[in-house]
Amino acid sequence: MSNPTDGPITPEVFDHLVELAQFELIDAERDYLRAELNGQLKAIRQLEAMAVGADVPITSHGVPYGPAIRPPLRRDEIQGSPLADAIVQGAPKTQDRYLVVPDIPHEELE
Amino acid sequence: MSLGLADRSAHELAALVRSGQLAAADLVAAAFERIDQVDGRRPALDAVPQADDQQYVHAFLQADRDRAHQAAEAIDHQVAAGQDPGPLAGVPLAVKDIFCVQGTHSTAASRILANFVAPYSATPVVRLEAAGAIVIGKVNLDEFTFGSSNESTAFLPPPGNPWKPSHVPGGSSGGSTAAVAAGEAALSLATDTAGSIRQPAAFCGVVGLKPTYGRVSRYGLIAFASSLDCPGPAARNVTDASLALQAIAGRDPRDATTADAAVPDYSADLAAGVEGLRIGLSPDYFRIVAPPVGGGEIEQRPIDPEIEAAVRQAAERLSQAGAVIVEDVPLPNTHLAIPAYFVISRVEAASNLHRYDGVKYGHTAETPVNDLRDLYRKSRGEGFGPQAKLRILMGMYVSADQYEMAYYERALRIRTLIRRDFEQVFDPAGDYRLDALLTATTPTTAFPLGAVYGDSVVMQYADALTVPANHAGIPGLSVPAGFSQDGLPIGLQLLGPDFSEASLLRIGRAWEQISAEDEWRARRPQVLAGVDS
Repeated sequence: MSNPTDGPITPEVFDHLVELAQFELIDAERDYLRAELNGQLKAIRQLEAMAVGADVPITSHGVPYGPAIRPPLRRDEIQGSPLADAIVQGAPKTQDRYLVVPDIPHEELE
Repeated sequence: MSLGLADRSAHELAALVRSGQLAAADLVAAAFERIDQVDGRRPALDAVPQADDQQYVHAFLQADRDRAHQAAEAIDHQVAAGQDPGPLAGVPLAVKDIFCVQGTHSTAASRILANFVAPYSATPVVRLEAAGAIVIGKVNLDEFTFGSSNESTAFLPPPGNPWKPSHVPGGSSGGSTAAVAAGEAALSLATDTAGSIRQPAAFCGVVGLKPTYGRVSRYGLIAFASSLDCPGPAARNVTDASLALQAIAGRDPRDATTADAAVPDYSADLAAGVEGLRIGLSPDYFRIVAPPVGGGEIEQRPIDPEIEAAVRQAAERLSQAGAVIVEDVPLPNTHLAIPAYFVISRVEAASNLHRYDGVKYGHTAETPVNDLRDLYRKSRGEGFGPQAKLRILMGMYVSADQYEMAYYERALRIRTLIRRDFEQVFDPAGDYRLDALLTATTPTTAFPLGAVYGDSVVMQYADALTVPANHAGIPGLSVPAGFSQDGLPIGLQLLGPDFSEASLLRIGRAWEQISAEDEWRARRPQVLAGVDS
């Protein structure tokens, strides 16, 4: 491991990210992942040296989709798919074309 | 030297099949014979390393002989009936396992999709098959394409470089370029998000083409970074790459990001040469700003001197062939492309990978769970490898409300600056008026297996010269340019304005003709020593 564990991603911040990402991690992974994240942030911080304000617009993808090449939107119509059964069968657990899941966490409202 | 079927070009083979001089069944049989000779044991989950792993290519995750032989028979029947099976008739095609192919395991080289069987085929696969290509199998890659060495795959052993199997083939399309270099397939369908076609093409001594964003449909491609991912071909020569692009390019109603732009005939000007074309060299592509291998502070340093010399020599020879070489072309934001990519790609990856939950498809936790959330955590914790986890976690961080302005929005604005750099040098009314930029594809040649893997920062900088094109959406072509002193391939990269693939292929073809008699063109990969051609 060549990247340091110290940096903005403290153990507390890391735990929060893991919660958001919905990961159960084994202990051996935690130090490696946190060190790499802090190493990546050092590289990302190069961006801070550039003065970019609101006068520089955001580019969400490189090629501008002007009217000449923008594909027409398709009609907002329901289209059946012959794949529905095959897709449902790909689920780990099914019953009568329903996906089977364990209990869904919930709170009783008073 | 007359080449055997496994080593001949796709366009030659297709011509023989279409004219009835060669049976597609024989062609497919030759491909599987080569796979048996050089590929070694099939990569698998939890495989333990073996002493002879680094003697083989290990490109194929699946080699589907029955499916391929059935397709070959169908093509041979078409020819016998006087029908034309298409411009890629009978050509053995390896598909990067990031594409869905109906009825095959489509794994993204991840444990989380190890048991997923695709119910449909990706549009580029459908189009290649419609053109007569035969899918002979699915090839390895970095998990979900996350890497530049192919070592992050969950299916081990990872592919080796056919020229030196102790070295990486590059990534993420390492299985694709290794298979093509070793003669296991004549073509491969791959993807390029930061250089994932061009970088391994350079490392393996083959041709790799990243088309313009929107030129090729992403329908059926397992998504990583949706604003950057581009399907494209790996091939052994430029003509074959142009044929493959011809088959897959064009609008797809199933992908709203495909451009509604006419597809030119990519073969029309292939032999037109470079007379009068303006080709630029940029000092910003002869250096990188990156941490050293082994760790340390980010520094500016030159690319490998052997690679720089190869680029400059190629420029000189293109000039002698009539091109106008324009030096000192400024692309000042090039060094920011990797930092911006660290942000943009992670945010998009985190979004795309939220769909893997252990419920709808793919891996689900086998251990007892308390509730649905517990199932999510266990399934995702077990199913994703470390590089996938890193991308998701960083995506969460830089898109968090308190950091979004500082990181994500800033990265998207810097992406604009990178795009402007290219627009200025390709502007037909500007100071430079370039038809193409000529650069190195990679800062180094292929590195040994295990030398970089694990350091996610240093690994990312292997894409320093390729990722700007992904930010900008422009096309890029990597072509072989000889070898380093230690026998590893060197790649040249050609970059051009939006939808300029025909120009890049034309320059690439001219380069092939210029260098056709060079000594290095006759070399064969190390894994083919003792294998009949």
